[in-house]
Amino acid sequence: MFYNDLNLILPEIVLSVFAMLILLIGVYRGQDKKTAILTFSTAGLMFAIGVWMIIDSSPSETAFNNMFISDAFSRYAKALILLSSAAVLVMSLGYMLRHNLGRFEYPILIIFSVVGMMFMVSANDLMVLYLGLELQSLALYVVTSMRRESLKSTEAGMKYFVLGALSSGLLLYGASLIYGYSGSTNFQSIIASLDSGSVSLGLMFGMILLVAGLAFKISAVPFHMWTPDVYEGSPTPITAFLSTAPKIAAMALFARVVCDAFYVLIYDWQQVVAIMSVLSMFVGAIAAIGQTNIKRLMAYSSIAHMGYALIGLASGTVLGLQAMLVYMAIYVVMNIGTFAFIMSMERDGQPVTDIGSLTQLGVNQPGRALAMLVLLFSLAGVPPLVGFFGKLYVLRAAYDAGLIWLAVMGVLASVIGAYYYLRLVYLMYFGEKQDASLDVVKSPVLSGFAATTAVVMVVGIINLFGIESAANLAANSLVN
Amino acid sequence: MDYFLLSIVTFIPAISALILLLVARGNDHAAALVAKRFALFATSVTFFVSLFIVAQFDPENTSFQMVEETDWIMGFKYKLGVDGISILFVMLTTFMMPLVIWASWGVEARVKEYMISFLLLETLMLGVFMALDLVLFYLFFEAGLIPMFLIIGIWGGANRVYASFKFFLYTLLGSVLMLIAMVVMYADSGTTDIQALMSHQFSYNNFGLFGFQILGGLQTLLFLAFFASFAVKMPMWPVHTWLPDAHVQAPTAGSVVLAAILLKMGGYGFLRFSLPMFPVGSYIMTDLVLWLSVIAIVYTSLVALVQSDMKKLIAYSSVAHMGYVTIGIFAANQQGIDGAIFQMLSHGFISGALFLCVGVIYDRMHTREIDAYGGLVNRMPAYALIFMFFTMANVGLPGTSGFVGEFLTLVGIFKVNTWIALLATSGVVLSAAYALWLYRRVMMGDLIKEALRTIQDMSLRERAVFAPLIGMTLLLGVYPVLVLDLIGPSVQTLVENYNSALSIAGINGDAIIASH
Repeated sequence: MFYNDLNLILPEIVLSVFAMLILLIGVYRGQDKKTAILTFSTAGLMFAIGVWMIIDSSPSETAFNNMFISDAFSRYAKALILLSSAAVLVMSLGYMLRHNLGRFEYPILIIFSVVGMMFMVSANDLMVLYLGLELQSLALYVVTSMRRESLKSTEAGMKYFVLGALSSGLLLYGASLIYGYSGSTNFQSIIASLDSGSVSLGLMFGMILLVAGLAFKISAVPFHMWTPDVYEGSPTPITAFLSTAPKIAAMALFARVVCDAFYVLIYDWQQVVAIMSVLSMFVGAIAAIGQTNIKRLMAYSSIAHMGYALIGLASGTVLGLQAMLVYMAIYVVMNIGTFAFIMSMERDGQPVTDIGSLTQLGVNQPGRALAMLVLLFSLAGVPPLVGFFGKLYVLRAAYDAGLIWLAVMGVLASVIGAYYYLRLVYLMYFGEKQDASLDVVKSPVLSGFAATTAVVMVVGIINLFGIESAANLAANSLVN
Repeated sequence: MDYFLLSIVTFIPAISALILLLVARGNDHAAALVAKRFALFATSVTFFVSLFIVAQFDPENTSFQMVEETDWIMGFKYKLGVDGISILFVMLTTFMMPLVIWASWGVEARVKEYMISFLLLETLMLGVFMALDLVLFYLFFEAGLIPMFLIIGIWGGANRVYASFKFFLYTLLGSVLMLIAMVVMYADSGTTDIQALMSHQFSYNNFGLFGFQILGGLQTLLFLAFFASFAVKMPMWPVHTWLPDAHVQAPTAGSVVLAAILLKMGGYGFLRFSLPMFPVGSYIMTDLVLWLSVIAIVYTSLVALVQSDMKKLIAYSSVAHMGYVTIGIFAANQQGIDGAIFQMLSHGFISGALFLCVGVIYDRMHTREIDAYGGLVNRMPAYALIFMFFTMANVGLPGTSGFVGEFLTLVGIFKVNTWIALLATSGVVLSAAYALWLYRRVMMGDLIKEALRTIQDMSLRERAVFAPLIGMTLLLGVYPVLVLDLIGPSVQTLVENYNSALSIAGINGDAIIASH
């Protein structure tokens, strides 16, 4: 019995033990000199476990008195989290070393954060939910302020911490209300108490607070305020990480809470999620127009993208969840490519984030510009690139669930959003000549990531690399 | 060859673009020449291979031919096919593209990217006309925005940034509503196969929405969503304002593609989707479309009269000519639709040629202001002759293809609505006014402008580009049966299906209007 439980969390155990091991190595052997090898081995391990998650097709199982669940849904999310984290680690190493950020704590903190995310997506109990969430957040607060001598980086870490603590407070308060009114922290027991028809106002209140706490983590409007500042202040690799894995984890957790535990109350949370989705899409699209810093721009872009993913969630159907999962996968790939590009933006050896520096890139470095062009059009959701299919998926799900107004809002916001992506294309290709152009950064890893993701955006339209059926399986395991 | 002919034709340009992207190196003059030659070769091969489509096409068979079908993601299909309505657009595209490439021999800046953009654009345009799956259609339809955005933005005129953004966002806004409609259609019918959708009956029961009673119910809403997209693309008044900007700023070849092929997607869309799939919705909205078209014809012809920029003048004349197309389509009888398709083809040749004409003198003088010219006939007799020919064709002189198209659409509409026909005919007079006045100001008179004294007449290459266009305009003008035989049976089926759908709905249709 107990061994069964341990078996189920074996991936998490392996990762945690590995993290402590490299902590020891880091402390006793030469400190930062080993960063490269530690980062690569971490990425390798994450990749291996990610592949394991893809191959694994065992049925749904729970462990530790129903507190932890392993099903197709959690494995899908874990695979995405692990693979994207591994990708971010590999591509960020060069940047970290070049800019004196190559500390051995970096891979360790990332592992702890990833372990926290893995618990989040497997949470079947409010306690585990909170534990996972805090583990991933605490590690992230630290990496965010890793550039100790930079005021902006410390500010970002501080802001993230304070607001994150606030959202944890909301979430905990909600959890305590739910516990008080349903008598349990376990999702199955909550479902049972909801099924018995005892939906009290307190329980509803608790659920809404829980949703607010989670909305903070995925930076859905109106809980998005921290995102642009933190994205701007953090070192670029950390921004890349923030915009990928934690978003998947929080979105998956969100899905599990509303579509599993509180599915009965769909008419109550559906409106909340739908309104957050509309606000996120529009705020993300409109606020990004005025940005001149590409990291802030990407922050608003990710807010808008979370809005689209929330459309799928708001549908509350298998199709909707599948759409959300497909959307997240596509979003993550696009973001990895885009951030690989942003990491390679340097002028005179210093990283720059001003979008004005992109002018004439199409002439000076046609290859890089072309990859970015494809990624930008994909982010904007213009066919024939894969980003379009993500949007099509959520639109179909919304219509299917009778939320056609949400679908209409989605396409209108996408037209507004297209403007700022086009503006980047305009700078790269039609911008006037400037004296200061970007350096030619010789980084095969970064160029490789940007080019590969761009190719994926084009080739993916043939069959989306089979992600549909995996997402379908995952969605089915959650709603049954 | 038999099975994948359409795919082969569609993807030859894209594969050529990929080869050009990966293989071609260098930025010097020699590399540019290689890129130009390669692009010309690729588009010519596409044209010759596309001739096999015509050779195998059986006009009597009114269903889709040479169909290819493969399963794709999300339950969609990769399905291509041609029928009498689409085949000529396919041929128009493959015919125009080598000329467009040849006409842009003078481009010097970033030639490789230029050729890649045009080759990709050709694949996307061909895909639009061949796609038999809604989503595949949308994919090609929208993707065309990307290369066109770059063509206007990179190689365009002084105000190119504004024009390219306006072009992109305007057309995107039009299209996203169509996307919603497609999602609705998919949910309603369970398929995105265009063939299946044509026989699917969308509900036309009235329902209330926000306190309004929607006549024709779902069909009307779907029609309007598609209309938003196609009307912008056509373009119809009052959503035509992006076109003059885009035309003026685009490079010559971009203008030619825009006028000759891209504008035809709107008309093609009406024929492929609106009439066959939403007959009741189309019927209810016919008056609206007809009046908008008449306003377009009269208003944009008047606007064309006061233009001082040659390209803008031709752009407004395009909007007016597209007005005849929509009138013909929504006359919904054999003559009207025959005429509309004919007019689209003929406008493809004529407006394309007119933009090339402007390009010829723009290359020499770098201005499109009408006032900067005058008396060109003294220095450029060959040019004057060619310009005269296409001016006359644009006016609709009998013997040129312009006449046949306008005449047929007017005959078609006369049988349906005399007032519309009367007002639309006034556009014929107006078009003569602006076209001839343009000719007068640019060509006639004494050559008094100092800058024009040394202007050279057209080179052999320039003349050669016009030769096929003149040939086609004359051929279709004197022997229109060539086209009409090809499209006739398919158009007939379309009209019959439309009328039978209306008569099935007839009692209902009268009832909904009566009850209102």
